[in-house]
Amino acid sequence: MDNKALTTWDKIKDSEIYFSFIKSPTAIVSSILLVIIFFCSFFVEFITPYNPFDPSSLSLMDAFTPPSWTSDGKVEFLLGTDGQGRDMLSTILYGSRISLIVGFSAILFSLILGVGLGLTAGFFGGKYEMIVMRLTDVQLTVPSILMALLVDGIARGIISRELHDEMAIYVLIFAIGISEWPQFARVSRAATLVEKNKDYVSASTIIGVSNFIVMFKHILPNIMRPVLVIGTIGLALAIIAEATLSFLGVGVPPTTPSLGTLIRLGNDFLFSGEWWITFFPAIFLVVLAFSINLLGDWMRDTLNPKLKK
Amino acid sequence: MKYGYFIKILLAFFLAFAPTQTFAKTIKWSMQGDSLTLDPHAQNEGPTTQVSRQVYEALVTRGLDMKIGPQLATEWRTQGPNTWIFKLREDVKFSDGTPFTSEDVVFSILRAKQRTSDFKEYISTVSGVKAVNDYTVEITTSKPNPILLNQLSNIFIMSKKWSEKNFAVMAQNWDAGQETFSATNAMGTGPFKITLREPNTKTVFKRNKKWWGTMKDDKVTEIHLLPIKNAATRVAALLSGEIDVVTDAPVQDLARIKNSPAHKVESTAQMRTIFLGMDQGADKLRTGNTGDNPFKKKAVRQALYQAIDIEAIKKKVMRGLSEPAGIITFPGVNGYTEELDKRLPYDVAAAKKLLADAGYPNGFEVELRCPNDRYVNDEAICTAVVGMLGKIGVKVNLFAQTKSKHFKELKDNQGDFYMLGWGVPTLDSHYVFHYLYESGASWNRVNFSNSDVDAAIRVMEGEVNLDKRNAAIAKAWKIVKDDISYLPLHHQVISWAAKKDVNVPIRPNNEPLFRFASFD
Repeated sequence: MDNKALTTWDKIKDSEIYFSFIKSPTAIVSSILLVIIFFCSFFVEFITPYNPFDPSSLSLMDAFTPPSWTSDGKVEFLLGTDGQGRDMLSTILYGSRISLIVGFSAILFSLILGVGLGLTAGFFGGKYEMIVMRLTDVQLTVPSILMALLVDGIARGIISRELHDEMAIYVLIFAIGISEWPQFARVSRAATLVEKNKDYVSASTIIGVSNFIVMFKHILPNIMRPVLVIGTIGLALAIIAEATLSFLGVGVPPTTPSLGTLIRLGNDFLFSGEWWITFFPAIFLVVLAFSINLLGDWMRDTLNPKLKK
Repeated sequence: MKYGYFIKILLAFFLAFAPTQTFAKTIKWSMQGDSLTLDPHAQNEGPTTQVSRQVYEALVTRGLDMKIGPQLATEWRTQGPNTWIFKLREDVKFSDGTPFTSEDVVFSILRAKQRTSDFKEYISTVSGVKAVNDYTVEITTSKPNPILLNQLSNIFIMSKKWSEKNFAVMAQNWDAGQETFSATNAMGTGPFKITLREPNTKTVFKRNKKWWGTMKDDKVTEIHLLPIKNAATRVAALLSGEIDVVTDAPVQDLARIKNSPAHKVESTAQMRTIFLGMDQGADKLRTGNTGDNPFKKKAVRQALYQAIDIEAIKKKVMRGLSEPAGIITFPGVNGYTEELDKRLPYDVAAAKKLLADAGYPNGFEVELRCPNDRYVNDEAICTAVVGMLGKIGVKVNLFAQTKSKHFKELKDNQGDFYMLGWGVPTLDSHYVFHYLYESGASWNRVNFSNSDVDAAIRVMEGEVNLDKRNAAIAKAWKIVKDDISYLPLHHQVISWAAKKDVNVPIRPNNEPLFRFASFD
């Protein structure tokens, strides 16, 4: 066991990716930031003593406490509190967990949908391919936020109001996911077109391997590199899309705020001097999206052999 | 030489356009919500009346000093206990040029008494109205009515001809979502006429050249109403000069606006009390989890009352600009006393005990309905209440929505627990009881019913002996206060913010009168 684990680690250490990673300060810094953010967001229960989603634990008299380093600040509220007495730091961390869950799920949803359609389209060709590709063209002409707003609006019409708050997060995932899939479909189709004429594919077909196995066992691993790159960059976009929708008031409800909802709520106090209510969630969102983007950039450079000299 | 011509042409342009530049001025007015309908009898709601008031006039009206004075009627007298004779102003024309006569008054009062009208409660004692001649109207009441003038000041007079021509003889049935010509068009005898109406976006009021009265400042020729729901956006629009006057300046931004050298802020106690209603009529709460209706028990209502820390709401949500209330009426209204306005103490432990004694040791669940664009920080107050009631184990789910839906669904009797605010245009307690407490009254959504209170309301309507009448008011207030039929929160304080050179006098009923507006 030991021996095998060692060899895996050695393999990683010997790989190009590892080499490129330790040579890139931006990749290191952004991944450290991301690890911290992910850790704090998913283990927030163990980090802060407050649960901002439980209204009965809040005290209105704590509302509008400025950050602890200012003259009126209190030590127990490091980044101050919002208009309902919620601790900003824990609210941001709880909120970023929602943002991350929505972002990841949405991108996973569009990755499965997009790759599934793109891969089969590239493999089978013909009328099916044409229909799928025209569908992506149509979808790409509609801006993704507009698409997401449309889906959300329809969902609000269909789902009863009592259920809507509980369903909001799924609606959001679906709305963002459905607007991002064409990217994946196009990239995976293009990569499949290249792969399917290679000898290993012909060989497997000749020995009678079913189309399904050829596609998902043999071709899929070979087209994953570009898909992962746009997936990473798409993740940052999905998180920002979630924040945009919540900022517009069609995302998650204010009782369980995500980062976008927090920025929207804080917006009301921009003129009244309570800058921290909107500033910290906004900065947090910027850092999060920026780190993911930098990591995505580095991945693109590393995983795309064509860019190498 | 060429320059000479050029200068002459410039000068000609200057002379041609200069006067309009100096005299034609527009006041851009903003608040968070819009008028719900232009039909002056369809919705008895603040901003709706504020808009109608610029276009329509009543027989009598309250001036800047809030005292009743003549408007379309010049003089009036009583003839016996139940008959009133009104002499009408003779030089009045509607903005489309038709002369105003007693026929229009008879038509409008009967229109406001129709089933679809939201103003029928104002004039429920009016039993007959007839035109004696072109400029005299006789109104009979079913019993002596000491507050008839107060009530008539809210009944706007429409043109009979115009209404008949445009199929608007019936008041718009707003509750049923009816669309009528009168809901999107307005034509009255007032100082302004509406030339453009885009609900929730823009309403343009132009001077009615045929108006009989005089403007305080002739430079005021146009009013644009541009509702902006978001508080920060509204303040930004004011500070950037896009808006001239805001009649509901957000409390959190008053300091910022005062700091601006080009702007001013005025505050006054508003004639409006904010409260929460709990449906005590339903056998089972629609949004509850206990299978019964906890609100039927007075102990539960009292527990909720004592769990609300009104001082915290005043300090944090209202930034000091509110006055905690014990009853749903405010200083200045006949029947108000400081004694009545005292609140039960804020006491979480007592509230918990009351709740446990009433049989709900683990609390219960209910939905709180709130408007989010009607009262000062309405949604924030509700959110604060959710937290406070959570502390005694009552799990409140907040449902905030725009006022037009909120009010409509309340009238459809869909709310278990809801927020409402009540102003008293007549400045008499009768108005509160008649709408909020009388059995089956249109805004009595808590389904309160008490025969003693109903009897007292009858006395308020027909008793001319003021001492006896006031005794009935005091008795009714005591009954409803002891019963805790509603949870009073606070009397609102309103703030208007405007550019320094734009004067729109602030009024405690939050109704701007642009005929009194002026420029420095």
